[in-house]
Amino acid sequence: MVREEPHPAMDPVREILEMHERDLGELLQVLIEVQHALHCVPDEAVALISDHLRVTRGHIRGVIGFYSFLSDTYLGEYVVYISDNITDRMLGSDGLAIYLCNRLGVTLGKTRADGRASVHFTSCTGMCDQGPAALVNGLPLTRLTRVRMDEIAKLINARTPVDQWPAEYFRVEDNFRRSDVMFRRTPEPGAALKAAMRRGGDETLKDIQYEEAVDPSSGHAWRRGADETLKELYRSDLRGRGGAGFKAAIKWETCRDISAPERYVVCNADEGEPGTFKDRVLLTSYTDMVFEGMTLCGYVVGSSRGILYIRQEYWYLRPHLEAVLARRRDSALLGRNILGTGFAFDIDIHWGAGAYICGMESALIESLEGRRGKPRKRWPLPVVAGLNNRPTVVNNVETFAAAAMIALKGGAWFAGHGTTHSSGTKLFCVSGDCDRPGIYEYPFGVSVREVLRDCGGLEAQAVQISGPSGTTITRLEFDRILAFEDLSTVGTFMVFGPTRDMFDVVRNFTHFFRHESCGLCTPCRVGTSLLASLVDKVAAGKGSPMDVEQVQKISQIMKTTAHCGLGQTAPNHLLDSLVKFRGDWDKRMVTTEFVPAFDLDAALGEARALTGRDDALAHL
Amino acid sequence: MARKRKIATCSLAGCFGCHMSLLDTDERLLELLELADFDRSPINDIKEIRGMVDIGLIEGGVCNVENVHLLHHFRDHCRVLVSMGECAITGGIPSMRNHHTLKACLEESYIRGVGVENAHIPDDPELPLLLNKVYPLHEVVQVDYHVPGCPPSADTLWHVLSALVTGRDPRLPTTLLRYD
Ligand SMILES: Cc1cc2nc3c(=O)[nH]c(=O)nc-3n(C[C@H](O)[C@H](O)[C@H](O)COP(=O)(O)O)c2cc1C
Ligand code: SF4
Ligand code: SF4
Repeated sequence: MVREEPHPAMDPVREILEMHERDLGELLQVLIEVQHALHCVPDEAVALISDHLRVTRGHIRGVIGFYSFLSDTYLGEYVVYISDNITDRMLGSDGLAIYLCNRLGVTLGKTRADGRASVHFTSCTGMCDQGPAALVNGLPLTRLTRVRMDEIAKLINARTPVDQWPAEYFRVEDNFRRSDVMFRRTPEPGAALKAAMRRGGDETLKDIQYEEAVDPSSGHAWRRGADETLKELYRSDLRGRGGAGFKAAIKWETCRDISAPERYVVCNADEGEPGTFKDRVLLTSYTDMVFEGMTLCGYVVGSSRGILYIRQEYWYLRPHLEAVLARRRDSALLGRNILGTGFAFDIDIHWGAGAYICGMESALIESLEGRRGKPRKRWPLPVVAGLNNRPTVVNNVETFAAAAMIALKGGAWFAGHGTTHSSGTKLFCVSGDCDRPGIYEYPFGVSVREVLRDCGGLEAQAVQISGPSGTTITRLEFDRILAFEDLSTVGTFMVFGPTRDMFDVVRNFTHFFRHESCGLCTPCRVGTSLLASLVDKVAAGKGSPMDVEQVQKISQIMKTTAHCGLGQTAPNHLLDSLVKFRGDWDKRMVTTEFVPAFDLDAALGEARALTGRDDALAHL
Repeated sequence: MARKRKIATCSLAGCFGCHMSLLDTDERLLELLELADFDRSPINDIKEIRGMVDIGLIEGGVCNVENVHLLHHFRDHCRVLVSMGECAITGGIPSMRNHHTLKACLEESYIRGVGVENAHIPDDPELPLLLNKVYPLHEVVQVDYHVPGCPPSADTLWHVLSALVTGRDPRLPTTLLRYD
């Protein structure tokens, strides 16, 4: 029998596989590591992974095809992704991308013939306050300029390994410009957890039997501490910071009360909404608070397993996150015997691979389970049947950080800030045309004008609240307030100065949604694509009132029939723009007659060339 | 009595299945003829629309020069233009060639095809030149209504036509839009 020679190029894949359990949930993590090692996932690797994880090659290829940062073709030794948020564009990113391509002699999206490099666009990388930004071999490049691009091209042409590039290129700033009551001083690691456990009585932290303690009927102080903490969470009225604003206490209690052999705590750090970067800052400088919030949640709901699902754009944070987790294990704040109580809880990190939809909680869970990140049916909710069909709390990074502070300082303290229906403070990610972009913490209820004043952006003609899926507001609305009562938001605050053409904004956002639609349902898969084509048509000066009418019709269909939030909110900015910035559309409308988006005569070019014809009938 | 309506129909890059479905309205056609006359249509073999008609029904997408001319002729002479069937609405089966270049398609048929003799790509000026892709009607002209189905059932076509000739809303009820 002829035995196939083991492929030496696949050794890294074998090493990676040895580090992972034979579990489908590991698939995406394996693929990411292989992609990092080989800059593609070739067929030979797919075969090995398929054998190891006992999953079909078709499934693996399906997963590779789904995520932007995985590729079945070789992307080159140096892979550059240029961040394509509107804020990057306003800082000149599109010109810089072309410039870099020229310096490297590559076509956008194609690997150079010698396999050295490729340059691509990618959705917002979360560096909007320090753009234009990019990623090179997974690491963030900030504040790019032409000079920097020249240097980068030189380094790539000289094959200088990325870890020998000047550290300055990769400097990421927090730009924390304003802190309020929540993010003033970071509490001692463990302080919130101890405070929570003490709520049940002083004996909590003395030697106890864990089994007895967690039995709800035991009335043990340890258990009482968890219940009291939940009450504080109710008192705080904390609402989720990831967008939907669901009350955290209800979610936690629901999870706790469903009987199940296991339950999970998932921290959503996908942060895919363009213009959002607060979770990055929290995971950089308030890391303990976030992990502590997760641990606390495990304590309250009775879970022993936490997962941080984080977007790969933040891969550079990996050593830091691992180090904080290790330190917390060493200080008995994670592990089998937390604070000596016998309470066991640990946190794993799972990386995303470039898919905005994976921030949507049920898509995130699909992704954790090693599948394409497609939203599930609306019911049952993840809190009832989430990861592995077990009750799963999914909360945003900022929600967990807030929960930690609530455990420490009490629900009443928290509820004392903000507005009636939006308690506490909120982080805002300010970017675009202003003097001081960065992170601003305000109590809910702050007006748009006040934020603009503080960041030096009062000149603005518009602000995009809560990202492309949010609301576009004009100067006339600057006294509106940021709170669930009025402008509800994940915190994104993109400022557009008086000379910006708001149609460019619309175009960037429509392209974003076309790229990020997961393709599960027709209204969104087809709708986002049609909308992008129609907007491009208008941009090309071929738009007519019929096309605008079409935009409105498709938008309505998507809002009412798309399966998940992505498709339902994707047309918001278009509808806003058509009402509020109609002028920027109208100036592009040169015709009232319908005009095709393409040139009919040019569409005959190929046939003319093939037949050699040029007679009158061969033209239109 | 109200003025009799005029209807014109044609097939571009289609299979005539939609027209067959129109004929499937059977005796209802006689009812229709009480209210409307057929102008240019394969049904009566009239080749060109004379004057203006009220309703133009088109099956098939746009694949060549001749299709473009006929489509423009219809748009210019029909008050209401209706895309009839999948091919008209999306390009349908003929648009499967859009995944390949025109060159690849023609070479497959006329150069490398089984049993091809005197292999060359036909270039007779009599033949309508092909467009690089097959387009749905509404990407070439403004279309007022789209009637889905491959083909739309006789009931569906009847619903739309009888509504349009009598001035009712032609919107399809859910029962005619469910295919499972
Ligand atoms: C398309 C889409 C993207 C989302 N992206 C995120 C995200 O990046 N981060 C996040 O925390 N929530 C995101 N969400 C909301 C989550 O589904 C979920 O509501 C949230 O994580 C719950 O946490 P919270 O209650 O703490 O806000 C997204 C929702 C949708 C529909
Ligand atoms: S709305 Fe869009 S993102 Fe959501 S399920 Fe449908 S296709 Fe996927
Ligand atoms: S829609 Fe169907 S029946 Fe009508 S022309 Fe096309 S293929 Fe034929």
